[in-house]
Amino acid sequence: MLLEQLINGITLGSIYAIVALGFTLVFGVLGIINMAHGEIFMFGAFIGVIVTSVMGLPLWVAFIAAIAVTAVLGYMLERIALRPLRGKQGVSHLAPLISTIGVSILLENLSHHLFGAGNQPFRNAFAEIQIQIGSITIYLVQILIFVISVALMLALSYWLSKTKAGKALRATAENLETASLLGVNTKRTITTTVIIASVMGGIAGILVGMAFNSVNPQMGLSMGLKGLAIIILGGMGNVKGAMAGGLLLGIAETLIVAYGDSGYRDAVAFITIIFILLLRPQGLFGKNTAESGR
Amino acid sequence: MLKITGIETFYGKIQALKGISLEVEQGKVVTILGANGAGKTTTMKTISGLLKPKHGTVEFLGEDITGLRPDQLLRKGIALVPEGRAILSSMTVMENLEMGAYHRNDKDIKKDIEEVMTHFPILKERKEQLGGTLSGGQQQMLAIARALLSKPKLILLDEPSMGLAPLIVANIFKIIKEINADGTTVLLVEQNAKQALKVADYGYVMETGKIIINGDAKDLLKDTRIVEAYLGKKSS
Repeated sequence: MLLEQLINGITLGSIYAIVALGFTLVFGVLGIINMAHGEIFMFGAFIGVIVTSVMGLPLWVAFIAAIAVTAVLGYMLERIALRPLRGKQGVSHLAPLISTIGVSILLENLSHHLFGAGNQPFRNAFAEIQIQIGSITIYLVQILIFVISVALMLALSYWLSKTKAGKALRATAENLETASLLGVNTKRTITTTVIIASVMGGIAGILVGMAFNSVNPQMGLSMGLKGLAIIILGGMGNVKGAMAGGLLLGIAETLIVAYGDSGYRDAVAFITIIFILLLRPQGLFGKNTAESGR
Repeated sequence: MLKITGIETFYGKIQALKGISLEVEQGKVVTILGANGAGKTTTMKTISGLLKPKHGTVEFLGEDITGLRPDQLLRKGIALVPEGRAILSSMTVMENLEMGAYHRNDKDIKKDIEEVMTHFPILKERKEQLGGTLSGGQQQMLAIARALLSKPKLILLDEPSMGLAPLIVANIFKIIKEINADGTTVLLVEQNAKQALKVADYGYVMETGKIIINGDAKDLLKDTRIVEAYLGKKSS
């Protein structure tokens, strides 16, 4: 049934959007792709497993724990892997990218040790609760995922457009030097950005656990690549583009599985990107100027 | 008010400033003149904290401020309007002005923004427009207005007349006079030597990272070396 598939697609897409927002925030401010984002997302998912399935605590505790752990991971990523490389003479502009790849390998291996290599089931009390509307079945989990994602997107949009700290972030993203001349402590803004992005990744991790009931240490890589695909699709560093791109990819993937060949599911993202880049190299929402590549 | 002594600033191995010393007295307009590549912008960047000098000191109101970050210096009262204006082009005119008052926490911010907009009516007209859509002259007004909203004691203006039509240039210099009349000390970098010397009290001339001439602005206007180099021989 098409409507049911669309609901599945929107659920998946709203998670993708949250992951992509984490990518796009860091790219906007630092101009780098954070290759460790997928692994931070995976850590969030595992914290969810430990809190709900292993310790048997309620879901909201899992969210708080995942937020706390991924915030610390984000802080450490910035302090240990990114800041020491910034503004140093003779450091290649690729160095921070490679540094985040290093962190992603470290986190993946760490999760093998901590959580084991295989799939971990993600149990929650209401996984099977469903609502019947006519011939359509909606799971309560889907509604929950959608509501949490939309709330997160709205909160982020509000924060960026209306608050002082959000405006400072946008100013820093546009031009670090100008922001500092206007009194913004850009070091602190960058740290805040990386922490917020990581927390969004962690929350998305729990949402994926809820949606698929399964978590493994390799999930970070594929989600990371998809997040990357989405921000290319939406326009690098563009917040609206990340949201729209995420939803679009989620729906496209679900429809391919439902009506086409499920084997091509992961290929959809990248085929879409090839087409978008041929037609609109700056992405769906990207600005059509040479300098907006930053 | 501002006293810099023996500043040497490097870009990598290239020495851009070879021992600059200058002083800005409170309440005055001081100008730095010189050709392209003389080190004027480097001097401004060093004073505002964007660049750190290898040797030398910067003192502001009797305090050693060498090596502080731009955001720390802004809180001490030094605001730079950089070369090329540095408007936040993806933010609205209003948001640009709000960012000018970023470090302030007082209740007068709204009132001050209103006041600045009555002073620059074009900014009020365009307040919902993105900064990047303004013309060069309007962007310069916005950049100056934004810097003034930080309530600086000393404002550094780096080539405010660059790339602007003569009529707008005249307007910019009028604004500089007004800023100074309102009690803000001004350090002005210019290539437009004649206009700059007319609004300034004191002037320095730079060449290849050094100060080669300094003196009262009205004397410099008559100085044959400056007349020949910057004002054209037939200057009247």
